[in-house]
Amino acid sequence: MTQQQVLDLYFMDARHKLIDVAAFLDRVDRGEGEPDFRYEAFRKALEVLSSAEPGKAAAVLEAFSDPTNEPIEVATTKAACGAWPGANQ
Amino acid sequence: MRYIEPHGHMVSRTTDDYVAMVTAGCEAVCEPAFWAGFDRSSANGFYDYFCQLTEHEPKRAAKFNLPHYTWLCINPKESEDVGLAEEVLSIIPEFIDRPNVLGIGEIGLNKNSRNEIKVLEKHVDLAGSRDQLILVHTPHLEDKRKGTRLIMDVLKNDSRISPERCIIDHVEEHTIKMVLDEGFWAGMTLYPESKCSSARAIDMLEIYGSEKIWMNSACDWGISVPLAVPHTMMEMRRRGHEKDWIDKVSFQNPISFMKQSPKFQAPA
Ligand SMILES: [Zn+2]
Repeated sequence: MTQQQVLDLYFMDARHKLIDVAAFLDRVDRGEGEPDFRYEAFRKALEVLSSAEPGKAAAVLEAFSDPTNEPIEVATTKAACGAWPGANQ
Repeated sequence: MRYIEPHGHMVSRTTDDYVAMVTAGCEAVCEPAFWAGFDRSSANGFYDYFCQLTEHEPKRAAKFNLPHYTWLCINPKESEDVGLAEEVLSIIPEFIDRPNVLGIGEIGLNKNSRNEIKVLEKHVDLAGSRDQLILVHTPHLEDKRKGTRLIMDVLKNDSRISPERCIIDHVEEHTIKMVLDEGFWAGMTLYPESKCSSARAIDMLEIYGSEKIWMNSACDWGISVPLAVPHTMMEMRRRGHEKDWIDKVSFQNPISFMKQSPKFQAPA
């Protein structure tokens, strides 16, 4: 597809999702209390979007990923939360 | 349009979903064993589940002329309890020769713990000793990158396992390259909130090529769409992809992988 065709097919969808992200950030900011590590991870992942390099989807996924390579000792939960809480949590 | 659903948890779906899938062009469905959403209390629970996967569900699918295949294991979410896992592993041989069983799956890791790795190694040993295909579940979200690497290390450590006889499912943009580079098949799971959207799946096919890749909906008891594969095929057409290319990815590729099991009958 040409860049023009990509815009024709996906611009409205991407615009819609971007506004949803902006509204999500406003919503967190409006809330009381302090956000947890997920908020910081999200802000860090957002920085990837302004890069001119290819591979932005992979870079966002990497930004949320556990960067370590060793197995954990015990699984104390089954769930993943979408962002790495850090080695001590 | 014809397609194969190579990873669908049909026990969680209604009969209406079977009707919709067949109407949309589904010609075979393959169902890996997975987590019920709650922990089963004993190996007996798995015994009943394996009966469901090998006896009841194929009959339900057959009412719509849909061939149903399955994969057996204790899934990684219940693998922290090594004792239970060993009990379940001991009953799998009783089912493994049943006509719709294609191999061991979906095995893998969930939180990347030491016990999960132990249980994964036991499954890989079972597959290796019985020359079975392997279907791998990779961890969710933040655990996926690390888990995918650890799983590939386990598979490569067993000399009886050929990468081309293993499919590593739920790849995303940060894991697909390492999976294909190591010679494994890659599965892309089309899921509404996590894993991969239709548009991203097609992007990955355009970037990494259409060899050794399949798409699936995983349609389970969570938020998921049983028609995600045909929806993605429609999206491919909107992008101008050729019908042959769409057919290869959605129909022929799953056949190429699964016909490595002599039990899989390719739809005509
Ligand atoms: Zn699954």
